[in-house]
Parts: sequence; structure tokens; C-alpha cells
Amino acid sequence: MPAPKKDQLIPFYREMLLARRFEERTGQLYVQQKFNGFCHLYIGQEAVSTGCLNAIRKGEDHVISAYRDHVQPMVLGMTPREVMAELLGKSTGCVKGKGGSMHMFSKDLRYYGGHGIVGGQVPLATGIGFKIKYKKEDNVVLCFLGDAAINQGQFHEALNMAAVWKLPCLFIIENNLYGMGTAINRTCALENLADRAKGYAMRGETVDGRDVVKTYTKMTELVEWVRKTSEPVLIDMQTYRLRGHSMSDPGHYRTKEEVTKERERDCLVLLQDVILSKKLATESDFEHWDEETMEVVEDAITFAEESPEPDASEIWTDVFVDEN
Amino acid sequence: MPELSLREALNEALSEEMERDEDIFVMGEEVAEYNGAYKVTKGMLDRFGPERMIDSPISEAGFAGLGVGAAMAGLRPVIEMMTWNFAVQAFDQIINHAAKMLYMSGGQFNVPMVIRGPNGAARGLGAQHSQCLEHMLTNCPGLKIISTVIPADAKGLMKSAIRDNNPVLFLESEMLYGFKGEVPEGEHIIPIGKGDIKREGTDVTVISWNKALLQTLDAAASLAAEDGINVEVIDPRTLMPLDEELIFESVRKTNRLVVVEEGWGVSSFGCYITDRVTTECFDDLDAPPARVSNLFVPMPFNVTLEKEVLPTESRIKEAVKKVLYKD
Repeated sequence: MPAPKKDQLIPFYREMLLARRFEERTGQLYVQQKFNGFCHLYIGQEAVSTGCLNAIRKGEDHVISAYRDHVQPMVLGMTPREVMAELLGKSTGCVKGKGGSMHMFSKDLRYYGGHGIVGGQVPLATGIGFKIKYKKEDNVVLCFLGDAAINQGQFHEALNMAAVWKLPCLFIIENNLYGMGTAINRTCALENLADRAKGYAMRGETVDGRDVVKTYTKMTELVEWVRKTSEPVLIDMQTYRLRGHSMSDPGHYRTKEEVTKERERDCLVLLQDVILSKKLATESDFEHWDEETMEVVEDAITFAEESPEPDASEIWTDVFVDEN
Repeated sequence: MPELSLREALNEALSEEMERDEDIFVMGEEVAEYNGAYKVTKGMLDRFGPERMIDSPISEAGFAGLGVGAAMAGLRPVIEMMTWNFAVQAFDQIINHAAKMLYMSGGQFNVPMVIRGPNGAARGLGAQHSQCLEHMLTNCPGLKIISTVIPADAKGLMKSAIRDNNPVLFLESEMLYGFKGEVPEGEHIIPIGKGDIKREGTDVTVISWNKALLQTLDAAASLAAEDGINVEVIDPRTLMPLDEELIFESVRKTNRLVVVEEGWGVSSFGCYITDRVTTECFDDLDAPPARVSNLFVPMPFNVTLEKEVLPTESRIKEAVKKVLYKD
């Protein structure tokens, strides 16, 4: 299996660290009421985006996601400035302040959003897969969804179509064990979520999404398998969010002990251990990277705060494309 | 000019556009091997092959969403809903995804997709198969909405809908797929957003579309013959965007307005038209506008009752007389 090369591990770590620090500061800004709306942090799940999105051809393969979407576009190549400015609703944000936390998009990066209706993006991914097959291209589409989305009717409809028509889709359940405050084992009778795939005669896989090495390795294999066979796959990507569902979630539905225990398997800690054990870096390197990362995040915040509000005329743009 | 039925006119528009642009595909329940539940897509599987004519599972939300995704990625889907009643299953995709994609992506992802199918009551299909969905869908910014049964209009507007780079909803009528009219051959385009005066008159402006338009025209003929009332009948053809100027101009001439619409008249599109007219033409009106719509009950199965629930020619005539103070 195509494991990450040694020289990929440090970039992976730094990418995940940027995600972590970015989201920590985002959470603080939200508490300080620097921006409005909902805010779903990615903290704890960083190995998923880094492991999955480094396994594709960035900018060529297609990616679509739900509303926990601050980090994935950055892994694809969006600047932290564009994401932070969007969070603050500024004109310099990736969608000019019209999307906010839940609706990041980039056509250039083939990042199809940022969607706020649980499961609603899954048929869209099937449509992107349909286009790939229709045009006889050799790309794939990665569709991220939460564990709770597998109980939506649209998820079932979309996976069935992807299987019937053999569309090159990777459906990645970011299984953080909770749909908002409801544990997945209270809403889904399956112990192994990948077993859902059997109902569609689709390949199903389970991946340890805390371990970026395992995630990247397995995803590289699966992406190339999908590219080659044009068959879809459903992946139970096992992860954990270390914060609440959203910023307004006090997390009473899970114990402190559980969260403390899960922190021991924090994806950043796991990767740091790998890097140290392989002697690829020293403790002081990690401190140095942290400082550099904080500078990048603070620069993004300054940029966002100093950026102008959208012009009022923007209210009326982008309702329709004018020219046909 | 050849005479075609509504279904033939739609078929001609779809086929000509598919010949022109390989990115267009048709997907829906029974559209390919069965030749369409109402035969609108008859012969198209043989002509365009199974890659472009696709029979879907019964998954309206799923294949509407597939259409949205395919359109975002650059294709031009034509999605058939066997009836608009079934599209209620796909409202999440139509309202939350298709309509909003361009806006919430800051202008990056447009959705050049057509969703088409029959709308309104047929004959004795009962409560779940007899609804007019335009009243709900015109409430949602980001959608263009066409409703027509006139074959020539259907061809010209379907070609425009397919070429439009935005999501366009196209509402037809099951009862009128066999309705015939002269249809220009080849490149016949009617721009979206242009209404049409179907009968010129001076006394009362009556706005109506889709199946109710034909009843309105019958009522107008009868009013002219029996009562000497000269009704002007306007078919907006496109509900969103609405050709308001055509309506205002007519009302400024006749000083009276009636809206005849199938579907329930509570929070309906007719409410919107009367609101626009009373706001913009208040001083021109010589009577309060009147509306004719379905009785506000779920559709009964019994055909005699159904006929009474739908707009009737006698209610249309009463409404016209009312705004003329001749009741």
C-alpha cells in the first residue's frame, strides 16, 4: 500500500497544526462575537482532511462537503485569509461574504461547498460523479458527510444511483460518533457503518481516521481503485470531534472522561509521536512550527478584520447568471 | 406551419437541443425505455442512446440532486418529474440547493438545469396527484418558472429554458399533452420573461396560464357572444420573472383585473399578481381585482366534485361580471 513518504509527514503535521490553530482562534473569535451565524469547528478531525485530500489530484479531482468546512478548502489550497474573511462575512472572503461558515466554495479548487442541509450534498456528489463518467474523464469525487447523514433518505437514494451506474464517488463518513448531541448508536442499528454499503452492492471500508498515516495510505489505495474501476466506495472514517457540535453546544451528552480519553488519541499527538520516534524532528522544531502557524493565523485574522464589508449592491448580484 | 401536440412540441424542442449540445441529457422515471410516462420523450432513447436518456430509480430527491451536481460540474441536465406532485419529494434539492447555489457560492457555481413535468389536476387522480406547485415555488428566489400548455410556446420556451444558465422549472399539463396547435419548425425561441396577449380586448384584463388559460379563453368567447363583454386575456407564460409591464399596460387600458389560476388561492401566485397591480396601477383600477382559483380543500376523487373544486367557466364569468359591476 502507498504509505506516505518520510518527507510528507512533516508537511502533513504542519497542515493539521494550521487547521487546529485556525479553528481554535475561530472559536475564540466566535465567543468574542466577531462574527455571526453557526460555527462548527473541525478540531479533532484534522487527520481526515489531510489524509483524504492529499490522496487526490488537488484541483483536478472534485470535493464536496457538509457544513464543517473551514479546514478542507485550506488543505486543497485556499488561503487562511480567504476562509477567515468569509467567516467574518467580508468582501474578501472566498464567496464574498455571501456564504459564511457553512458555505465555503472554490470553483478553481473544484471545491463544491460547504452545504448546510444534512445529507443534501450527497446526491450532488453523485451528479459530479455522473459528469465525470459522462465526459469519460479519469477524475474522482470525494464526498464528505457526517455520520448522522447516513440516516437521510437522500443518502440512500444517492448511493443507490452511484452503485447502479458505477460512478467514481468516494463517500466518506466523517464518523465522529455524534449527530449533534445524539450518539450514532442511538439512531443507527448497524455497529459497523460501512455495512450500509452492502445494501447497495457497494464496496465498504473502515478507516482509522485519527491516524493520518493509515488514512492517507488507505485513501490513496481507494482513490486509485475508484479511478481505475469507476465504482463507488463507502468509507466509515472513524474520528472524534474534541469540541461541541457547534459553538453553542455545551456537550452534556458525553462525559468528561470520554473526551479526556479521546484526547489521548488526538490525531496531532499521534502524528507528533510518529515524527519524534522516527527522529524526523525535535521538540524545538514543533515549537518553532507552532509559532510560525500562529503568525499565519493571526495574519488571516488581521486581514479579515481589516477587509471591507461587502457593498450593498452585492445583495442583488449572483441571484441569476445574466448571460446565457 | 405543422400542427403538433403539446407532447410533440416538447419532444421537438428537447430533441433539437440535444442534437445541438452533447452536454444535455434527460433523466427521470420511465423517460427512456418506456418512452416517457406521458410519451413526451418518445423515440428519444433510440435517437440519443442510453448514455443521454436515463431511466432513474424512483428517487426524486436523489435524481434532482444528481442534476444539480451534474449542472454545477458543467453538464446541462433536463430532469423529468413524472408529475410535479412527486417533485415535493425533491423540494430540498430544488429550494435549498438549485435555487441558492449561485448566490451562496458568491457567483462561482451556476446550475444550468431544467426540471420539467405535468402540473395540476388531471381527471380523478385524487388528492396527492392534482396539485399546482407554482404557488409554492414562485416564493423562492433563484428559480425561473415557466408554465404553459400552448404547443408553440412550449417549444420556444423549452429551448430557452435548456439554454438558460440558471435552474428553470417547466410546468406542463397532463390533460393537455394531446392539445394541438401550429408550431414553427426549427429554431423557434421564445425568451423567458415575455408574456403574450392571447385575446385582445378592452373591458377587463384576465390573467391566466396553463390549463386554466383554455377555460379562460372559452369563458371570454362566451362573454363576448352572450354579454357583449370584451375580455383581454394575458398568458404570462413565464411566472418568474413575470412580464409585469405587459400586465400593467393592459390594466391601464381596461381598468379591471381578474386572475384565473388553478391551485389554491391562498398565498398563491395570483395574490402576487393582484398585489403588483394594485400597487402599481391603483389609480387605474375601477374595481377591486377578482380572483378565481381552486376551492380550498384537498382534491376529491369524484370527477363531478373535482370539476367543482377547480376553476369553472361559470366562476370565471361571474368574476368578470363582478369587476364590471354587472353581477
